Amino acid sequence: MAKFKMHMLVCGGTGCRASASDMLYKNLKKEIQEKGLENEVQVVTTGCFGFCEQGPIVKMIPDNTFYVGVKPEDAAEIVAEHAIKGRKVNRLLYKDPVKKEHVSDSRHMGFYKKQIRIALRNCGLMDPENIGEYLAADGYEALGKVLAEMTPEEAIQVVIDSGLRGRGGGGFPTGLKWKIAHGVKGDPKYVVCNADEGDPGAFMDRSILEGDPHSVLEAMAINGYCIGASKGLIYIRAEYPLAIKRLKIAIEQAREYGLLGNDILGSGFNFDIELRYGAGAFVCGEETALIHSMEGLRGEPTFKPPFPAQSGYMGMPTNVNNVETYANIPVIFNKGAKWFSSIGTEKSKGTKVFALAGKINNVGLIEVPMGITLREVIFEIGGGIKGGKKFKAVQTGGPSGGCLTEKHLDAPIDYDNLLASGSMMGSGGMIVMDEDDCMVSVAKFYLEFTVEESCGKCSPCRIGNKRLHESLDKITKGQATLEDLDKLRNLANVIKDTSLCGLGQTSPNPVLSTLDNFYEEYVAHVIDHTCPSGKCKDLIRYEIIPENCVGCTACARNCPVNCISGERKQVHLIDQSLCIKCGACMEKCKFNAVTII
Amino acid sequence: MELIKLTIDNRTVEVEKGTTIFHAAKKLGIEIPTLCYMNLNDLNIEHKPGGCRVCVVEVEGRRNLAPSCATECVEGMVVKTNSIRVLNSRRTVLELILSDHPFDCLICAKSGNCDLQSLAIKMGVRSIPFQGAKSTYKPDFSPAIIRDMDKCIMCRRCETMCNDFQTVGVLSGINRGFEAVVAPAFERDLDHSECTYCGQCVAVCPTGALTEVDHTPQVIRALADPAKTVVVQTAPAVRAALGEEFGLEPGTLVTGKLAAALRRLGFDYVFDTDFAADLTIMEEGSELLDRLGKFLNGDKSVKLPMLTSCCPGWVNFFEHNFTDLLDVPSTARSPQQMFGSIAKSYFAEKIKVDRKNMVVVSIMPCVAKKFECTREEFKVDGNPDVDFSISTRELAALIKGSNIDFNSLPDEDYDNPLGESTGAGVIFGVTGGVIEAAVRTAYELHTKKTLDKVDFKQLRGLEGIRAASVDFDGVEIKIGIAHGLGNARKLLEDVRAGKSEFHAIEIMACPGGCIGGGGQPLHHGNSAILKARSKAIYTEDEMKVLRKSHENPYIIKLYEEYLGKPLSDKAHHLLHTHYFAKETTHIDID
Amino acid sequence: MTKIKSLADLKKMKADLQSKIALREKSENPEGRVQVKVAMATCGIASGAKEVMEFLVEELEKRNIDAIVTQTGCMGYCYAEPTIEVTLPNQEPVVFGYVDKKKADDIIEKYIKTGELLEGIIPVNYEKID
Repeated sequence: MAKFKMHMLVCGGTGCRASASDMLYKNLKKEIQEKGLENEVQVVTTGCFGFCEQGPIVKMIPDNTFYVGVKPEDAAEIVAEHAIKGRKVNRLLYKDPVKKEHVSDSRHMGFYKKQIRIALRNCGLMDPENIGEYLAADGYEALGKVLAEMTPEEAIQVVIDSGLRGRGGGGFPTGLKWKIAHGVKGDPKYVVCNADEGDPGAFMDRSILEGDPHSVLEAMAINGYCIGASKGLIYIRAEYPLAIKRLKIAIEQAREYGLLGNDILGSGFNFDIELRYGAGAFVCGEETALIHSMEGLRGEPTFKPPFPAQSGYMGMPTNVNNVETYANIPVIFNKGAKWFSSIGTEKSKGTKVFALAGKINNVGLIEVPMGITLREVIFEIGGGIKGGKKFKAVQTGGPSGGCLTEKHLDAPIDYDNLLASGSMMGSGGMIVMDEDDCMVSVAKFYLEFTVEESCGKCSPCRIGNKRLHESLDKITKGQATLEDLDKLRNLANVIKDTSLCGLGQTSPNPVLSTLDNFYEEYVAHVIDHTCPSGKCKDLIRYEIIPENCVGCTACARNCPVNCISGERKQVHLIDQSLCIKCGACMEKCKFNAVTII
Repeated sequence: MELIKLTIDNRTVEVEKGTTIFHAAKKLGIEIPTLCYMNLNDLNIEHKPGGCRVCVVEVEGRRNLAPSCATECVEGMVVKTNSIRVLNSRRTVLELILSDHPFDCLICAKSGNCDLQSLAIKMGVRSIPFQGAKSTYKPDFSPAIIRDMDKCIMCRRCETMCNDFQTVGVLSGINRGFEAVVAPAFERDLDHSECTYCGQCVAVCPTGALTEVDHTPQVIRALADPAKTVVVQTAPAVRAALGEEFGLEPGTLVTGKLAAALRRLGFDYVFDTDFAADLTIMEEGSELLDRLGKFLNGDKSVKLPMLTSCCPGWVNFFEHNFTDLLDVPSTARSPQQMFGSIAKSYFAEKIKVDRKNMVVVSIMPCVAKKFECTREEFKVDGNPDVDFSISTRELAALIKGSNIDFNSLPDEDYDNPLGESTGAGVIFGVTGGVIEAAVRTAYELHTKKTLDKVDFKQLRGLEGIRAASVDFDGVEIKIGIAHGLGNARKLLEDVRAGKSEFHAIEIMACPGGCIGGGGQPLHHGNSAILKARSKAIYTEDEMKVLRKSHENPYIIKLYEEYLGKPLSDKAHHLLHTHYFAKETTHIDID
Repeated sequence: MTKIKSLADLKKMKADLQSKIALREKSENPEGRVQVKVAMATCGIASGAKEVMEFLVEELEKRNIDAIVTQTGCMGYCYAEPTIEVTLPNQEPVVFGYVDKKKADDIIEKYIKTGELLEGIIPVNYEKID
């Protein structure tokens, strides 16, 4: 067998592939072959590295060189310089946004420094289409141990002791969920993996399935053993073709190796897994809706109880866990519940994966220990706000989370703290906003999503969210009154209080949290008819400052509706009746002569 | 039985485990308002989707409010049904629902009989604080049912009836969020779906979203036309329910007042569908005996069981779903159509009126009858045997609109010759009645003996599927009865699988038979009303001197003067039909 | 592929496969290990750095020393090629010049195993920035 001295790990996540990382992989392979290095350098496609902001990523092992934004045509240079001569290709190195220096070793990148990768442990490290690599990294050892050495009760106790809570949003203790499903009589029982990731901007589940599908399969088998199920189903949205492909390969390989199927590892335990495709409805992330969708019914939630553990898929006891939750399971068995529970806060153990997005330098996927502060996440891992702007708010928990502000930055992140501050963990979306963001518009944006994604079953969610959205629209147009703000708050509270499922119970969070934290901004829209961030088109107008205008005509030439008049070297004027407020004039003006009023 | 103790509004109550908060509160006399909730006790339908959120209550220790219709009581639970939090939420939810509802109460078919309207009155809503977009859909006019989805509140009761009870599967929730609505697949029209027009969706719809097509204007126009002879027939179940529309107790028989009212409305001849029911028994009973005799003699070409064919919803159902069994139902037309056929031939000839100048109106407890009378096979040269079919509810509106004080009307008799009927014709209105009537006649025709005891109690009841046997002088005749299309489907699947032991099966599409028809006064899920109507029907049967169809003197005369004998060529031509395999919905998305 | 029949089989299989990705796992946490960098620029390769590197990789593994051998660019001591830099856990790096297989063997046996300094150390005269 070839003994490789160097590994080139090429990110094969969806993000990087979109930027031609598969082409890059082929070129690297070709170059290595041409230079006769195929026995020395191994090129591997891996799952997502998380640093999607600057993909495609190539990581060189063993020196941890982290190349970013690599194009297929860079392959020759990387092989010639790095593989042969041992010289790093400087121009492809990650550049620290603050220090403006190249960082050659990924371990020294702020992005990775504070991360602890458990769920993402194998993402960006191994080839997800090769079960051998997973087996080499303790793969299926947890399953082997559980089957050979533990009773279901003992195994469930390990999960309980670990303190693991559901990573899909609710934060329900996973061990307890398993224990309940274990205790319910029924045959057959089902294990369901919820891979209907629906939060806009969140893609941790996809990354895990693309980068480390076997960890989820292994965990589901363990789950099956614990509750007495021999059938597993993965409900995955059809928009995740790569994850589906890799899952299929992984399931096939696991069957081939006897790690799925009958009499797994000689234990007498049978377990197999099938895929079920969803059409991508957000509400199908709710477990009862998910189950209905799998049954071929309309994907809408039903009242609990009965819980899926009592009556789930086809009316049988069913345990539903999310992808990230499952990805933690094998590690818990390999390293012990005690090790796992040593990470995190008192009530929230382990790590959480977040999808960092918005006005932040390092957009990407990160995994951090529970208890880390928002400040650490945003300013250290995230590299601070883009363009040196001022931090304004961070929205956690996906579309139904709340907007947190400066005063929340130093509170440790865990399920309970986020809930107490008016937001939630959700599935781990984290969107950072800067001074240019209008918080009323932000709330409106999220409501637009929930209005669209509500299943329409219960009145408060179906009609209430629509009315909330209409009310916010009125505010952004300066047509609302202070009384409307009171009505808005009351309606938001009622929707929260009366909706049937988690979607409606949380959908008003963006409204309530912005009302709490940015009330003055709402008041400005309502009383002064202004948008302090200059975002609400109906409340602003672009004007030319005569003192600054030199009459260069740049604005007039770029105006799409030709509403700017003025002779060369004369002060220009915007015709407000025609202006569509696109902002092109302001963008093109080199003399700061266009302003928002 | 485990008992649970809980506190509701500071009062303690003990209930069985599994009881919902709503029912526990009821036990204390606390009526929690509901909207989507529906309970048809004896039919085993409890619809509690927890969707409208009107019935929410506060449960101590719970983060959010609980829907009382769906939340089961737990030991030690502390519930508040009227805290400020509950009242504010309930009102806000109702205001939201109203904010997406047309304000055309004044001209709505359901005005005065609308659950949403009643709730708004009960809660004293005087203004709606929310203005915004309203749902707008193209109204769907089918031959029998109108869907006006602007008025749909997504209670989903119709879906439960259509899918769970009737297993027709036409109505279901489609689209998402504010655009969510109940509709046939791909938002097709009902006319292009597998709808049977049973009307059970109409019967349970709390608002004006689902209503029957209103044919009263056409009836009024016909009555006003001096060139037309207008003949009316009234179905058996109408007399047992019409009184409810005029404030009478459920189960009050209003046969005499019904005839009087129709006469005052200006109908030229007031006849009874019960007459045609007796005629149906002559044909269907003879067909049964014929098939049975051949079957018992080992004739392999004869198929049994024979199925009744009086119910048009049921006919639509098997034409869509059991196209391989089209030769199983009796070929006898329904009483409505037999009546129309005889009225426009035998009777028209008698009074020397051209059938083109005769208008036959039927008063039916049914919505599907509206569709049935439009079928091509029931027309002669394009002229329908029955021109208009109006429901019990439409008739009530017609009477009210014509300044007739229904309750003070005298009891009058039907006209002859098509108004005379026996008790056997009357019981057509209730599940098991058609087959009981058939048995009474078939027994005597087969055994040539007189039946002393005409009540076959084993055929009666509200059980969804019933099996009974009748001794035909040493021959045991096995009879199956089903009401509700879901129950019918079960019996039919047995027939298809060759597992059915029955010689004859009676099927009615609606719960309880015609007394629970889609065109009846709304029973709002109260099965006590169904029972009262059923009792009234059997009472009328008992009061009749003649209780066997073949003893009806006018039926005897009809055969003597016109038809010859049952199953004669003329009878076949006028009183029998055939069935069509209907296409199931094919999907073409354009 | 034959199926894996037991936990013991699984563990055996893992042992066989582990070397394939050991390099990646080690590189995640190099601090606790011996790090050897071989200067492999043109000058180094010309002086035999490649053979030295191969020797180091194989011998360190044979002798059960948990080490990471990486190649690096020219360290600037072209006069003393091949050069290698050895970093013992929690110690400053030390650069050796004129390394051939024999010298490499000495470095493993003496410096890496016991920490004994050898002749031929090149004083480091710059600060690294990475």
